[in-house]
Amino acid sequence: MPIREGIYGMLAEFDTPGELVVAAKTAYDSGWRRMDCYTPYPVEEAAEAIGFHRNYVPLICLVGGIMGLAAMFLMETWVSVFAYPLNIAGRPLFSWPAFIIPAYEWTILWAGLSAAFGMLAMCGLPTLYHPLFNAPNFRTGATVDKFFLCLEANDPKFEVVEARTFLESFRPASVVEVEY
Amino acid sequence: MATKPELPVSDPQLDPKTGEFRVIAPGYTFKSVTDVISRIVLTPHTPLGWFFGFTLAGSICLILFTAVTWLFLKGVGIWGLDIPVGWGFAIINFVWWIGIGHAGTLISAILLLFKQQWRNSINRFAEAMTIFAVVCAGMFPLIHVGRPWLGYWLFPYPNTMNVWPQFRSPLLWDVFAVSTYATISVVFWYIGMVPDFGTMRDRAKSKIAQYIYGILSLGWRGSVRHWMRYETASLLLAGLATPLVLSVHTVISFDFAVAVLPGWHTTIFPPYFVAGAIYSGFAMVITLAIPIRKFYHLEGLITIRHIDNMGKVMLATGLIVAYGYSMEIFMAWYSASHWEYFMMWNRMFGPMGWSYWVLITCNIALPQLLWLRSTRVNPAKMFIMSLIINTGMWFERFVIVVTSLYRDFLPSSWGTYRATRWDYGTFLGTLGLFTALFFLFVRFLPMIPMSEIRMMLPQAKVTEPEPLEAGD
Repeated sequence: MPIREGIYGMLAEFDTPGELVVAAKTAYDSGWRRMDCYTPYPVEEAAEAIGFHRNYVPLICLVGGIMGLAAMFLMETWVSVFAYPLNIAGRPLFSWPAFIIPAYEWTILWAGLSAAFGMLAMCGLPTLYHPLFNAPNFRTGATVDKFFLCLEANDPKFEVVEARTFLESFRPASVVEVEY
Repeated sequence: MATKPELPVSDPQLDPKTGEFRVIAPGYTFKSVTDVISRIVLTPHTPLGWFFGFTLAGSICLILFTAVTWLFLKGVGIWGLDIPVGWGFAIINFVWWIGIGHAGTLISAILLLFKQQWRNSINRFAEAMTIFAVVCAGMFPLIHVGRPWLGYWLFPYPNTMNVWPQFRSPLLWDVFAVSTYATISVVFWYIGMVPDFGTMRDRAKSKIAQYIYGILSLGWRGSVRHWMRYETASLLLAGLATPLVLSVHTVISFDFAVAVLPGWHTTIFPPYFVAGAIYSGFAMVITLAIPIRKFYHLEGLITIRHIDNMGKVMLATGLIVAYGYSMEIFMAWYSASHWEYFMMWNRMFGPMGWSYWVLITCNIALPQLLWLRSTRVNPAKMFIMSLIINTGMWFERFVIVVTSLYRDFLPSSWGTYRATRWDYGTFLGTLGLFTALFFLFVRFLPMIPMSEIRMMLPQAKVTEPEPLEAGD
């Protein structure tokens, strides 16, 4: 059962990344905003063309790393100085040089997990269902060798016939309507 | 190597511009790359050779289960451990295995940061190798502690005994280093596979495969926004894994270097352990890559260029290791310490001196053949060389652990070390476990990253399309 009724967007299929980038750039320049490109490998130029310039993954990673560092260093200090002070050959209880090593490892651990899971969260993954998978040619191409541009129906400019004519002007391999 | 005009440019394996071997054989398209790689996994016909190999590896793995079961019943006394040699095979194998894992991280992380594109063909299975090697490595300290069911005591957690771990001990640093390393390696490996799982999901014919790869792919659909975040996350993970891999073997070398024992108490240990780890890891990548490319006919994707480059890395790290050995000898003399001097003499000419010379032969003498291009571009020779180096690296750890321990300061406390059949069985068994896991990996997961290979093809570059003709 479909979760929503109606059209998700208009999907154009291209054979080369160059054609996709030209189409995406022209679409962006003529005022389209709600759109996305789908490629079998990262095409940086396509992201630039649709106006996607920066992402927040590095920031999430940095915050995670700092939290990991602080968590471990404070725990070590608390354990060794307050909770369970051990006198090992008269060494100071607050042996910070020794504490750096586990704190360093946890910085990397938390930063790495934050980068990975932060990336997935920013992408809205996992999303096992997506309307694009309903398009007849999407699954055979988008993860193998075809390049797609989707103009989404929630763009204020979207109008079925106009979107189709616009996409067809780039001579794509095909243009299909994607249903919810 | 600079341009070599005398090379036959008609050889399709050679790039006419540089005279180097190509990273990928010419003639591949996005589709053929995808086909070649995904077919290995998605075929309903498992090759007979796979069954044969997996059964063999699984049988060897059973030796491990037997040995570990007996160990749990009887305790560590079944091993050859005694005083003065309280660290035997278990720690040797731990350091050896984890060192092997390091090349995987080096290939996937450090070479990514250096934009060495040739790594793309081999990084996935090098990383798988890392994870399986860490599995084998992590087991040894755990079963060595005597009561492995209490292994969680290593972690700081609030408990009714009201005790906490000792954070000034290198053995505890090890716990954090190795557990972080295992976690980050798995995450990096999995994240790297997500787009390929998407491809597998879309190409799988069977319902079960579609479900499983569908879930594993997390719904990946190749949106360029996702790709950009994904690329950033990969770079960040690579940037994090690089200092991590250096720190892990450094921390492991601290297990030795922080002790006051002659032969262990040296500052050269961290760099030379890291170089040795990379040395043995690259050897293991070659041991695995050469049979796999032959068996699955992947010579077009894992080319002579890869083998040649790995040979060069082994030569470089091998020379660093050689420098480490010579520095140990030099310091034993220069320190003017009687104990250091005796340790080195005993290591070379004592009752276990043979092990030192095996190490020198395998790690320093024979690998000098890697200077020759004819060795590096010959898969058969490189395969043998990789086995020699891995043997040598195992003996390096044997020499460090055993020959430092068995004759310490007081002659009255001297002893010897003799491994039992359970020591050998456990070690052999981990080789079986590692190989069996690897067989499962090549059968069920895409062993070469498809999306990264597509990026390397010439047609992946964004070029201006042909202008549309008027009236079209």
